[in-house]
Amino acid sequence: MRYEAPDTIDAAIAILAAEDGIARVLAGGTDLLVQIRSDMIEPDLVVDIKNINSMRSITPENGGYRIGGAVSCAEMGEHADLCAQWPGVVEAAELIGSTQVQGRATMTGNLCNCGPAADSVPAMVAAEAIATIVGPNGRRDIPVEDMPVAPGKSSLTKGEIVESVFLPARPERSGDAYLRFIPRTEMDIAVVGVGISLTLDGHGTCTHARVGLGAVAATVLLVDDAAKALIGTRVDDAALDKLAAATSAACKPINDKRGTIEFRTKVAGVLAQRVAKIALDRAGK
Amino acid sequence: MSGTHVSTTINGDAVEYVCDVEETLLDVLRNRLGLTGAKEGCSTGDCGACSVTVDGRLTCSCLMLAVEAEGHEIGTIEGVANGSELHPIQQKILDHAALQCGVCTPGVVVAVKALLEKNPDPTETEVRYWLAGNLCRCTGYDKIIRAVMDAASEMRGS
Ligand SMILES: Cc1cc2nc3c(=O)[nH]c(=O)nc-3n(C[C@H](O)[C@H](O)[C@H](O)COP(=O)(O)OP(=O)(O)OC[C@H]3O[C@@H](n4cnc5c(N)ncnc54)[C@H](O)[C@@H]3O)c2cc1C
Ligand code: FES
Ligand code: FES
Repeated sequence: MRYEAPDTIDAAIAILAAEDGIARVLAGGTDLLVQIRSDMIEPDLVVDIKNINSMRSITPENGGYRIGGAVSCAEMGEHADLCAQWPGVVEAAELIGSTQVQGRATMTGNLCNCGPAADSVPAMVAAEAIATIVGPNGRRDIPVEDMPVAPGKSSLTKGEIVESVFLPARPERSGDAYLRFIPRTEMDIAVVGVGISLTLDGHGTCTHARVGLGAVAATVLLVDDAAKALIGTRVDDAALDKLAAATSAACKPINDKRGTIEFRTKVAGVLAQRVAKIALDRAGK
Repeated sequence: MSGTHVSTTINGDAVEYVCDVEETLLDVLRNRLGLTGAKEGCSTGDCGACSVTVDGRLTCSCLMLAVEAEGHEIGTIEGVANGSELHPIQQKILDHAALQCGVCTPGVVVAVKALLEKNPDPTETEVRYWLAGNLCRCTGYDKIIRAVMDAASEMRGS
């Protein structure tokens, strides 16, 4: 294995593109190191992106925030303005692992690793986050929900790096939230994860909503029917019942030691209701 | 295999080593530098026995390549005591008998030190969440938490 730590993204792309063997980007390494140590993958080259200064910051942009690909989840939690604008995204990123893992892990790594249960991804999907990708053929922006194509498989092509994730500006009276169900209180993989972002008008009617759903399908899902259950309502009990039904209906889970198909399907609906209530509360503040 | 040369700082001292790219920081600390305080409990980031700080931030040294330490400041358990004088966190762990086998203890001490530098007056809940990545199979955690609360209080001078 070779290790490179270039200080520009162009250099990183060139090194990745020139590699004929297996190449991997190294951000926090909290997925990659475990995969390498367990012989799940044997890269010929790892390219560390943490020395690329332009990828290390959280920058305000058009009323939203651009989060560099090498920013750790702990740094996100320490950014007061980001926490105020996108509390749901930050709380999801801060659920990843322990304090030790938080200090290294990046939200971009969570996205690129394409685990179906990745915690920050449903929250990013709800937030309408955009991933900015740079590669040998230039730059492109994609909605985060287009990143995972299968468990562990992303839509990135050879030599491409996610430079940053953009969280857009949001209207007044907007709120977002993320909850996951795990058997413990910390350090476990989501059995179900739900992220919801919504916006209210001056009368308390929901005008815009997005629902992201994790751990119940091969990839994180954007659930339009669940959002439709909220839009046009005051997010009252009737709307929440429809939300739960639409969320459960979108589930295509597997049975495993952490949850059965029936359990995951039911819990997805229950969690969606709880998350919507938190998002509603935040939107009203 | 030809090694990679790394220049770093460990517990305030400039340190240079040559390592293989595959080696983790934990491997190098233990096997090349003789700093065996950090323990290998799992090597997958779950147990926290290998905890160190990197530029002041708590990190699992098993989840970091040794080459990634280039230019950074590493803090290990060996740098916590002042010569033979124990750090208050270490002393309180002894006073409260908050260890049995001791395998988790270096990681716990490094983690608690990082917590108290950031937050000198944590609640018990904050301590428990902060230490969620430090597994202990002996003590049942309660004594560790008591020791931490006591150490925090002493370090605040109250
Ligand atoms: C003990 C432990 C607990 C964990 N708990 C959780 C949890 O609760 N929830 C959760 O969701 N995850 C959890 N994880 C998994 C992991 O920490 C997260 O997925 C984390 O966000 C990965 O980020 P990273 O920066 O460490 O990624 P890395 O390991 O550096 O990279 C992950 C993958 O993405 C690719 N990649 C990274 N950055 C880029 C980029 N900018 N462009 C292109 N490709 C890139 C890498 O090549 C690699 O394939 C846990 C891991 C451990 C070890
Ligand atoms: S050995 Fe590093 S976390 Fe267990
Ligand atoms: S004292 Fe034995 S693992 Fe904690």
